[in-house]
Amino acid sequence: MASEPESPSETVTRKTVPALPKVATGIAGFDAITFGGLPRGRPSLVCGAAGCGKTLFATTFLVNGATRFDEPGVFMSFEERAEDLVANVASLGYDLDGLVAQGKLAIDHVRVERSEIEETGEYDLEGLFIRLGFAVDSIGAKRVVLDTIETLFAGFSDETVLRAELRRLFGWIKDRGLTAIITGERGDGQLTRQGMEEYVSDCVVLLDNRVEDQITTRRLRVVKYRGSAHGTNEYPFLIDAEGISVLPVTSADLDYSIAEGVVSTGIAGLDAMLEPGGFHRGTSILISGEAGTGKTMITSSMIDAACARGERCMAFVFEESGHQIARNARSIGLDLSRHVEAGLLRFEAARPSLYGLEMHLARMHRDIDRFAPSLVVIDPLSALRGPPVELQSTMLRMIDMLKSRGITAVFTSLREDGEIDHDSAIGVSSLMDAWIKLLNVEANGERSRTLYVIKARGMRHSNQVREFMMSKDGIALIDAYIGPAGVLTGTARVVREAEEAAAALRREQENLRRQREALRRRQSLERQIDELRANLEAVEEEEALLLSEDEMREAALASGRRDLAVRRGSTR
Amino acid sequence: MTEAGVTGGDTAGRARLRLYVAGTSLRSTRTIESVRRLCEGRLGGLCDLEVVDIYQQSGLAGTDGVVAAPTLVRLSPLPARRLAGDLSDERRILEGLGLQALVRESLGEDDDGR
Repeated sequence: MASEPESPSETVTRKTVPALPKVATGIAGFDAITFGGLPRGRPSLVCGAAGCGKTLFATTFLVNGATRFDEPGVFMSFEERAEDLVANVASLGYDLDGLVAQGKLAIDHVRVERSEIEETGEYDLEGLFIRLGFAVDSIGAKRVVLDTIETLFAGFSDETVLRAELRRLFGWIKDRGLTAIITGERGDGQLTRQGMEEYVSDCVVLLDNRVEDQITTRRLRVVKYRGSAHGTNEYPFLIDAEGISVLPVTSADLDYSIAEGVVSTGIAGLDAMLEPGGFHRGTSILISGEAGTGKTMITSSMIDAACARGERCMAFVFEESGHQIARNARSIGLDLSRHVEAGLLRFEAARPSLYGLEMHLARMHRDIDRFAPSLVVIDPLSALRGPPVELQSTMLRMIDMLKSRGITAVFTSLREDGEIDHDSAIGVSSLMDAWIKLLNVEANGERSRTLYVIKARGMRHSNQVREFMMSKDGIALIDAYIGPAGVLTGTARVVREAEEAAAALRREQENLRRQREALRRRQSLERQIDELRANLEAVEEEEALLLSEDEMREAALASGRRDLAVRRGSTR
Repeated sequence: MTEAGVTGGDTAGRARLRLYVAGTSLRSTRTIESVRRLCEGRLGGLCDLEVVDIYQQSGLAGTDGVVAAPTLVRLSPLPARRLAGDLSDERRILEGLGLQALVRESLGEDDDGR
């Protein structure tokens, strides 16, 4: 049928066709690690020790089937009574009674009590088959849960009969094309007490509940999955008010597309220190500083800026409640509660010791996937405790997870050197794209907050220290005083600046005074010059007068002599 | 005194039995026969027996908590007891049902009567 050029696409279809048909469990993450869910029309074994969540896993499978995939289910309980089962999962918001009433779910409690059953001669478990068949037919079930069928071994003593019957039961389930979950209690040296894995060999899921340092971590592993690829790791999973979720949080490569764009920090001074006017979107930013240096205020500011842009933000806080942070942010003029109300901001507050590292990571993973924020704040990162190796890998995966989703992440750390542990060299700072360091400078009996941008990958940034001030108008960054006397901040800076201003004023006044003096001297000299000139003129006048008098006298003398000569001449 | 048998035969003393079988297999018919024989023979009509085919009345199996087939359920006197198996051994059935006393009484009376 396929012509020559179509052969590549044909190979693809040829590859996908024989893939095992699967049934989605609707359990977030589990369907991902099994590439689709449980094998359709086959029984799967879910085993684990007491309290691992087997029953919950199975119930979720049925409830999701009934509500989301339109596949009714039968829950055959060998342990809990139907009422108990209904009550137990009501806290997760599962309305089993409602589903039963709608004909989407059937619950059959099979009570097997050793003391009530006497065995005489040969028997088989046809009664069980009939009951199961009856329940399946009554609602047209596609899914079946047998929880925990091993209880039969406690009720009946003839193991050979039981084993033969179980084999027949699983065969029957396959024949009917029912997708089934068989739960089994963990046994010594094998997955289940009665070796159920021998009968149910298509898919085996192991649940585990481990306690390390008084902190419990639930883990899930797909032990085998016949005819299908599956994730082989142990994955942490969560059981909380939102049900069960498995979290495939091991990412291997650094091959993710990067988000473009620049996000403002909401602090004008800090934006100005960074060449593009903010941080690159999707980067990890570390804000380190001791207690009381203003880390949370900076993050609050960034949150406010992001929410104001209409982006969604999520804050994982380990030391304060969301309300407390919102209240404190009000002191610098930020109203975070309006963003919470608008649904743009969500605080997820938890004590660091509430879960193990894996669980914290798992929880974040789930919450982030659900809320889809573009900014995530983890405050503080240093609150997470655990063995160094685990801590390092957790951080790495956390950063990785955020980066791969293009989420801008802001971490705060109490350790000013940006490390997490004193003893080991867990360099969180090296994983970060940007690092803002807050330092309290103590001098002259006061502390002042200073801020440096230690690094900012992929952008030019200021290498200068800034003094960082919080007021009801927000956070302001002020250039620190840098002069011959060194770098000064706080009051010292103010004093120094005042001194400089005073000195400048003095200098200016002195200059003015000198200028006035010079003017005065010049004026007096000019006055003197005028005086002298006046004198000179007077002298000149005098001189002229004298000269004219002399001339007149000479003239008079000459005329006299002439008169005399005339007189003498006449007599002769 | 056959009257004793009558007092034992009033509703308090009588046993109500229900036998669950799966279809008309050889095992089923054999079980039904042996239980019938027991009820009419050694229990001397002191019991009411009801035979239920679980294929026909699947709903009942659930209410009576039947898992194995065949199962003989003693509905009264309470508490209910269940016997799984083809019920080939009469003595064990009686022990299992807790009805030996009933039998011994009637047998003892028979001995006295002799």
